[in-house]
Amino acid sequence: MDQLLQFLISGLTVGSIYALVALGFSIIYNASDVVNFAQGEFVMIGAMSAIFMLKAGLSYPVAAFLSIALTAAVGLALEKFAIEPAKNATVVTTIIITIGASIFLRGAALLIWGKEIYGLPPFTSNNPIRIGNATILPQNLWVMLGTAVAVLAVKYFFDRTRMGKAILACSFNKKAAYLVGINVKRMLLVSYGLSAALGAAAGLLVTPITFMSYGSGVMLGLKGFCAAILGGMGNSMGAVLGGLLLGIIETVGAGFISSGYKDAIAFFVILIVLFVKPSGILGKEEAERV
Amino acid sequence: MRFFKNIITLLSVFSMIFLTGTTMAQAKAKAKPLKIGSILAVTGPASFLGDPELKTLKMYIAEINAKGGINGHKIEFVHYDTKGKAKEAKNFVNRLIKKDKVDIIIGGTTSGNSLAVIDLVQRAKVPFISLAGSIKIVEPVKKWVFKTPHTDKMAAEKIFTDMKKRGIKKVALITGNGGFDKSGRAQCLAMAPKYGIKIVADEQYDNADTDMTTQLTKIRATDAQAILNFGFGKAPAIVAKNIKQLGIKLPVYESHGVASKKFIELAGAAANGIRLPAAALIVADQLPANDPQKKVLLAYKKKFEAKYGPVSTFGGHAYDALFITVDAVKRAGSIDRAKIRDEIEKTHGFVGTGGIFNMSPTDHLGLNLSAFKMIEIQNGNWKLLY
Repeated sequence: MDQLLQFLISGLTVGSIYALVALGFSIIYNASDVVNFAQGEFVMIGAMSAIFMLKAGLSYPVAAFLSIALTAAVGLALEKFAIEPAKNATVVTTIIITIGASIFLRGAALLIWGKEIYGLPPFTSNNPIRIGNATILPQNLWVMLGTAVAVLAVKYFFDRTRMGKAILACSFNKKAAYLVGINVKRMLLVSYGLSAALGAAAGLLVTPITFMSYGSGVMLGLKGFCAAILGGMGNSMGAVLGGLLLGIIETVGAGFISSGYKDAIAFFVILIVLFVKPSGILGKEEAERV
Repeated sequence: MRFFKNIITLLSVFSMIFLTGTTMAQAKAKAKPLKIGSILAVTGPASFLGDPELKTLKMYIAEINAKGGINGHKIEFVHYDTKGKAKEAKNFVNRLIKKDKVDIIIGGTTSGNSLAVIDLVQRAKVPFISLAGSIKIVEPVKKWVFKTPHTDKMAAEKIFTDMKKRGIKKVALITGNGGFDKSGRAQCLAMAPKYGIKIVADEQYDNADTDMTTQLTKIRATDAQAILNFGFGKAPAIVAKNIKQLGIKLPVYESHGVASKKFIELAGAAANGIRLPAAALIVADQLPANDPQKKVLLAYKKKFEAKYGPVSTFGGHAYDALFITVDAVKRAGSIDRAKIRDEIEKTHGFVGTGGIFNMSPTDHLGLNLSAFKMIEIQNGNWKLLY
């Protein structure tokens, strides 16, 4: 029983990291039906730039703010110089462009920051908090808080703001959105910038726990992608649900079956879910346009 | 387009002139050059191993050549980057043998790369000194294959020796899913009974994982007296932090895979008290003055750090391989492949960074357990125990 509690807490810890990364996928997906495979790299760039700004002597809040701004700029540049020139490309082509961009960003990070692994100091104390016989680090609570804030912000943005609704409109029908006066080009640009900023924030939150190197974005992005697919692509609540579920499946699977088959168990569950409900748990059933 | 074509033609003409120029210059030199070929994983996931290896080789070859070479033979160095891929390693070794016609090959940064090329060097009868860890490279002995780094088997034995001293009989094992981790895990499982140690938990994690508290919670529920984590990279640092987070008070052992300052930096206070076997290089200044390795280690450290920054034990393996070769060529008095091989096998009492090498026809590594030092991390620093 003691063990189960720790497994669940560990699952929530890992899951909230996945959820935070998964959220980043939803904005660009909502704007253009494109899965941005460079999302993991946004997380990495946010964290790595903050690490080096701290090293350069900036204070934590300033470094955090600047690194988010810098990553958002990278996101804007990605849209402007790689996505926009291929404006007539299909969704699949655009996805392939984002894969290319992720490789490019990884290579650039390798050249700028080297191959070393770095960490960030935790936001607050590093002393574990006890819950019964289980423990959790304060930083884990920060990640969970960050996820909660991010999910509410994303939900508010798409449900309540004009710009959020305009972005959604672009994804449903670009031409119609254009005809009602929405600047489709700018909406896409905004979605990449926001997505990158969200990724960078995720990077800042998780690095004190997970550490970061130029290649860390790959695995984080992949797990976040799995979480997003599991919960329902484009649905921010789904991203959180998918992330937490994925984390708990992994830890409980590792705890009660075998830690060697942890990922296999998780992927097996994802496959089953997608087999029953291809759009993910909270995803909308969509009629295929023929 | 035409402009670019012209430039390319021009460049290739220049490079041809340059190449013929250099070969002609070499032909004029008295003795034939000793051709050392190398395949190293300078980029890719094993770059942290391959990068210092290449730097070490380049630095010392330049020095040897500046001093007039070995018995008048200048060293000609041909290097290819395998990116850690076994297929590339094979291709490049083929090229080194057939096209570059090298006299000896040093390299194969990872065990996978080294094992992949053994067949090729054996068939071509070219001496090969591997810089990778796996015991399988030299066991069983292959005529043309040698290696300089300590093996995971030695690391496991060194750890178990220390555990036995402290009266630890039940150990929980936790390892990653990389090649190094898996091979280390197999050696730990195989060696434990020899030291009367029972492995009571055998947990695994993915090297990219962000949290290992689940595995450690399972370990906490066993009656283990110590935790042994065989791995490298960031994962062992997360393991160390998670152990502290869960409040587990057991002694913790790591492998030589974390013998870099990076581990202490990442794990922070959680690293204190952890023991690991490591090459003497990281505690060179703590060695007693009469230690035969001390001088070699400090000289290598000083030279490397003056040029490239913090030294790592991995570059040391390349140093050992290069100077075992240099000594062998000196003794052989020739750059004949077979004669070099014979002399490498006769290496005796060679003081390197990894230990004191005594090779023989049945031992192509030539190190014993004393080559590993037992180290404890105290106050964020290495402390030599014995």
